[in-house]
Amino acid sequence: MSNQNRTIYGGKVNREKPINFVFNGKSYIGYQGDTLASALLANDVHLIGRSFKYHRARGILTAGSEEPNAIVQLGLGARTEPNIRATEVELYEGLEASSQNCWPSVNFDIGAMNNFLSRIFPAGFYYKTFKWPPSMWLFYEHFIRKAAGLGQSPTAKNPDRYEQKFYYTDITIVGGGISGLLAALGAGRSGCKVLLIDENPELGGYLLDYNFSINEKDGKKWLKKIIEELDGLANVTILKRTTAMGYYDYNYLTALEKVTNHHVEFSNTLPRERYWRIRSKKVILAQGAFERPLVFADNDRPGIMMASAGQKYLSRYGVLPGKSVVLFTNNDHAYLTAFEFVEKGAKVTVVDTRDLLNARISEKCKLLNIKVFKSYSVIKTYGDKKVNRIEIQQVDKNQNQLTGEVENIHTDCVLMSGGWNPAVQLFSQSRGKLKYDLKINTFVPDKIIENQKIIGSNNGQFNLQENLNESFEAGIAAANELNFNSVEKVNWTGKEEIEFTHSDVEPYMLGKKKVTKGSKHFIDFQNDVTAADIFLAQREGYISVEHTKRYTTTGMGTDQGKTSNVNALALMSHIHNKPVDEIGHTTFRPPYAPQTIGAIAGRSVDKLFDPVRKTSIHEWHVENKAVFEDVGQWKRPYYFPQNKEDIHQAVKRECLAVRNSLGILDASTLGKIDLQGPDAAKFLNMIYTNAWSKLEIGSCRYGLMCNEHGMIFDDGVTSRLGENHYHMTTTTGGAARVMSWLEEFLQTEWLDMKVFCTSVTEQWAVLSISGPNSRKFLEDLTNIDLSKENFPFMKFREGEVCGVKARIFRISFTGELSYEVNVPARYGRYVWEKFMEHGKKYNITPYGTETMHVLRAEKGFIIVGQDTDGSVTPSDMNMDWIVSKKKEDFLGKRSYTRSDTVRHDRKKFVGLLVNDKKTILPEGSHIVEKALKQPPMKMLGHITSSYYSPTLGYPIALAMLKDGISKMGEQVVVPLMNGKIIEATVTDTIFYDKEGKRNNE
Amino acid sequence: MKYSLYNLVKNSFSYHENWEKAWSSPDLKPEYDVVIVGGGGHGLGTAYYLAKEFGVKNIAVLEKGWIGGGNTGRNTTIIRSNYLWDESAALYNHAVNLWEGLSSELNFNVMFSQRGLFHLAHSVHDMQEITRRGYSNYLNGIDAEILNQDQVAKKIPHINVNGRYPVLGALLQRRAGTARHDAVAWGYARAAENLGVDIIQNCEVKGIDISNGKVVGLQTTKGSVKVDKVGLVPAGHSSVLANMAGFSLPINSVPLQALVSEPVKPILDCVIMSNSVHVYVSQSDKGELVVGAGSDAYNSYSQRGSFDMIEHMMAPLVELFPIFSRLKMLRSWGGIVDVTPDRSPIIGKTPVKDLFINCGWGTGGFKATPGSAHVFAETVFRGEPNDIAAPFSLERHFSGALVDEAAAAAVAH
Amino acid sequence: MFIINCPYCGERDQTEFTCHGEAHIARPDNPSEISDEEWGRYLFFRENPKGTHFERWTHDHGCRRWFNVMRDTVTDQIIKTYKMGEAKPEISNE
Repeated sequence: MSNQNRTIYGGKVNREKPINFVFNGKSYIGYQGDTLASALLANDVHLIGRSFKYHRARGILTAGSEEPNAIVQLGLGARTEPNIRATEVELYEGLEASSQNCWPSVNFDIGAMNNFLSRIFPAGFYYKTFKWPPSMWLFYEHFIRKAAGLGQSPTAKNPDRYEQKFYYTDITIVGGGISGLLAALGAGRSGCKVLLIDENPELGGYLLDYNFSINEKDGKKWLKKIIEELDGLANVTILKRTTAMGYYDYNYLTALEKVTNHHVEFSNTLPRERYWRIRSKKVILAQGAFERPLVFADNDRPGIMMASAGQKYLSRYGVLPGKSVVLFTNNDHAYLTAFEFVEKGAKVTVVDTRDLLNARISEKCKLLNIKVFKSYSVIKTYGDKKVNRIEIQQVDKNQNQLTGEVENIHTDCVLMSGGWNPAVQLFSQSRGKLKYDLKINTFVPDKIIENQKIIGSNNGQFNLQENLNESFEAGIAAANELNFNSVEKVNWTGKEEIEFTHSDVEPYMLGKKKVTKGSKHFIDFQNDVTAADIFLAQREGYISVEHTKRYTTTGMGTDQGKTSNVNALALMSHIHNKPVDEIGHTTFRPPYAPQTIGAIAGRSVDKLFDPVRKTSIHEWHVENKAVFEDVGQWKRPYYFPQNKEDIHQAVKRECLAVRNSLGILDASTLGKIDLQGPDAAKFLNMIYTNAWSKLEIGSCRYGLMCNEHGMIFDDGVTSRLGENHYHMTTTTGGAARVMSWLEEFLQTEWLDMKVFCTSVTEQWAVLSISGPNSRKFLEDLTNIDLSKENFPFMKFREGEVCGVKARIFRISFTGELSYEVNVPARYGRYVWEKFMEHGKKYNITPYGTETMHVLRAEKGFIIVGQDTDGSVTPSDMNMDWIVSKKKEDFLGKRSYTRSDTVRHDRKKFVGLLVNDKKTILPEGSHIVEKALKQPPMKMLGHITSSYYSPTLGYPIALAMLKDGISKMGEQVVVPLMNGKIIEATVTDTIFYDKEGKRNNE
Repeated sequence: MKYSLYNLVKNSFSYHENWEKAWSSPDLKPEYDVVIVGGGGHGLGTAYYLAKEFGVKNIAVLEKGWIGGGNTGRNTTIIRSNYLWDESAALYNHAVNLWEGLSSELNFNVMFSQRGLFHLAHSVHDMQEITRRGYSNYLNGIDAEILNQDQVAKKIPHINVNGRYPVLGALLQRRAGTARHDAVAWGYARAAENLGVDIIQNCEVKGIDISNGKVVGLQTTKGSVKVDKVGLVPAGHSSVLANMAGFSLPINSVPLQALVSEPVKPILDCVIMSNSVHVYVSQSDKGELVVGAGSDAYNSYSQRGSFDMIEHMMAPLVELFPIFSRLKMLRSWGGIVDVTPDRSPIIGKTPVKDLFINCGWGTGGFKATPGSAHVFAETVFRGEPNDIAAPFSLERHFSGALVDEAAAAAVAH
Repeated sequence: MFIINCPYCGERDQTEFTCHGEAHIARPDNPSEISDEEWGRYLFFRENPKGTHFERWTHDHGCRRWFNVMRDTVTDQIIKTYKMGEAKPEISNE
């Protein structure tokens, strides 16, 4: 039989549209408009999952986002999602879900054994055991980990897409219940830009489920009209199925919109979810309240649910969760649900903890044949996978104890209502302060910090009449405060059959003895935290709320304590006999509800994770099968393999081509900064360690940049283009950092210096040609006189190359005769191709960064960031020659005279040649004082660069070595991790063309 | 009462009604030999070792809130010792050695789980960095394995090694792992109290009494107290306390955020760190992914951070583990970290006699807890730092002898 | 997530800016004449107050100008932004 719990009439589901779905492998039928939870209840499925620790049978507690129990594994394969609240899932055709945390099945769960052993698993049991022997912890932990966790993570890449939207608005209203709607109406009529967010598929909130009247007419029709008006306002944007998640400083809200989660088909065009990032001038919180569970023994069985949830299942979905129902309440309002259930054919008994009852309610109960046990409490429940019987007993409030005969009631559904807690999570995230309200026994907003209002039951105000008018006026006032015109106030008369008055938290039924003797009064359903656990924490000294929370894990489940927090605090208050305000509360943290990680990542995934920077010649490299390396965001050709060459073969070929004829490197990624202004030279004098005043126009000079701590942080060649005009180059990875560094000093320290810096890295393509044939090659393509006399080393010339305006810098990072040809980036590929074509006769060879590294290492040129690491000075690199002795001041200078920087045994930059002439030392391996059989060994330094040198035919290495300069010619040892010990000789850092003849040719 | 399975079973017969307090709430005495200011793991540990190893009898730990409420209870619980410089390696490895016996020593399960930690390398430069550090670790006697891409892919199921920044290799420290952060504070507190240490919560220090350049007393919200020696271990408020004593520190206090996902069944059995893609993640015993990344760049004592840091944790997480995209972020939080210029702590003497400080642990203090506490206890007891603590003096900022772990990670060329 | 009032561009989201630590720390005029300790203090030591803090920010993804911000480090509320070179505002004793 299908939908056996569906009422004959009523509810808002579309009974014409059946929907097929599968739960735990079994097919069911629900209706359009159902949630997974309502459809399961309609089909008499109450056992949904197993609890975290004791694997107790759990059903459906609520009908909303606060659900701690009915969480399921939704979907299959790559689209599976764990821990989804069945109470929020809108039913769609073909939906598949299953229970979590049970094996082999939810009906027969081996883990339920834990429930029988639960006596030795109180809160924090794991701190007291599994300590011996220490080596066994990983073994114990393996089983603990397997038992913990809830659902299963997907194990395939997410096929869905998520988007983000930035949004700016005058007013954001969170919550589309009556308060939020009326605030939106007030603000909307005033003409300001309003964003209204509600997590449900339908606006109206609580009032969708209850009967009420406006001006003595049917309230539902009035509600419909209000929503219609809002829909018609162009300045009001309404987001349904959207949960406000985070409330950050300066009214910055984040919200997650479910876009296609509830669709039958997966969409190729729409994202699954959209993450909203909202900045508002004003925020109005109207999130309403959560109904509070009551705490009694075995209050967790399937079939026990919140009264408001019962009301919702019945009135909205036409589902009668039970036929023989007990309402357990401490307040008047829940009687509405009792009446509703009777009307739909259920037999209802009420257990009320209070001894006095409103006469009107008493009368109506009599009329409807509802038996009311006044001043009674439910003390225990029975039923294996669903509640079937409860025990009740009278309460002696004065004595704080139970008294009299225990009575039994057979039942198939217990509705409980312990009053209402305002949903203060977002308010609290916004740093709003809370206070404890003794009338309704819960925390309510007290002090507002942000530019914000909080209204309705979210503000602890539960009276419909007052909420109607105050909410509308709050909307008008908010608009007013943002300088929008006032609109007319309206006076509505709203009425519910029974108003919410007040409720107690009911800790007394936890009379101490009753709690500790084995039965389980659940406070936090999902994390299996019982009242006894809270007692234990207090007994053991974990009395700060944070300690209690962390020790017992109360409030730390996926529901983040929405149903448990206040009860836990009330119980602590009871135990310590202190007001709840003095107990305090834990901090509410974002997000309000669990939010999809992929949605926060948004489009910053895969290729868009981080932008790829490409040179204007990049596509040529791709077409010519370059292997790339990532250097910062840049893609640089690493090497250009031909045929089936590996990296070593390719690099060897490329190196020899440069040394013997002609090589070409795309050096466009090099940082380039254009400096102009009358104080440019003075500025360079402060920025670089060497002197710049005398650099002539048309000349280039190498410079080292150090931070004020004296450590090298970048290097490059800067050329003087004109009287007050310089072209600075930086390392590829350091370009942005150097730019900021220059700006920092110009804007904060030397405000009087007249210098402008402009990054021109992307404006120029740089084609570096290198090799003995480079002059011959280039002469054919340019109008610039390249003769040795007229264009010597370290000079700069302007002219045309291949008909394109170009700047040529005669500088060399390979030690060969080299020209760095700069052309406007848009001509980069054109000139490159011309070069390749014309260079055929010289066997022009494109080379990558690895060859560049080998060639410069042969010459002992440093690479900042590889040979240096942010802890070395120019002197450490034997570069005292570049540190001006004459300049009074430059950045870093003062630090060179400190005791640690003048230390004689600092590590110095040296060369190393392995004695076997074969082994390539790993870059990063270390030189030790003495090679021992096993570590520890005292280290003297490390290898910074190490390559096979094709030019020399043997390996070379560069290293930082303690007191290295005085160790020239000495033998050192480098132990490898595989146990081998490599012997090497300390040498000069220049391995090739020591006199530097070749680049001067 | 000793914590053991035997006692757990035994107490279950009396419904656990007879467990004693793990620590009590004594009144502040008028005078102490040593007062430790700051009841986090480092402070409680310092008190414990002072009592246990150095026989100091009359000790109090003053905590302005609840013990373990600062960074001890807010971090991502990663423990490792694979630092580059000898000085750091000695300090952090001292800690790891102590971690290994800590549950037994304290009779409190701190759940030190040596599930191994992978530092991922995403570029040639990263590979050079992890190789250098790996060798340095190896030669310092710290376990280190340098893995290539295939080995990483094999050892870490579901990792995406072919992303925007491919994983080229990793440095693995098998002895590294995680521990249960709260338990460290609680375990030390309980063990310290058993040795007679007074642990006083909700007691904020409002003033430091100095006479002739020597600390003589403290003004607190629970009254004044005379002291012989004071150890400041106030992570998140180091500058505030130092200013009270009349000196300043090379420290900025900045927000650091972390977050957890909803719990899922075991899916990640090691700790992953990536400096280039910039995220670190492990899975807790409860099943939550514990995720962290960089700190905000501005000074703040608000214990809140900005949302874009969260975004910048989630995108790298999905980049490395595309399978986590559908999981849900459950809770995020912020702490205050005291960052020094070289990212190394300050342990030792201050300009005030008999006033010692242990601070500046930045984003990485949790892993050092037992080692830090142990060397600081000795520093307080002897009045001089021992060999391990000595390089971390305040004085290094004048001499230039920084222990620059930040520089060591270097910069791409 | 702050809103920062760039003195050159107006109010913008925090993500456009970077903070660079304490403001009003002038580089010594005569570095060679001061002691190692004084130099160390200039390089590394900071006020780091719990309360009003003066700090430098840049509008990186905007005008790229440096400016100063006066902000409360407890509430994270920005009290004032002002251009480089302008005098340090007084801290009011409210």
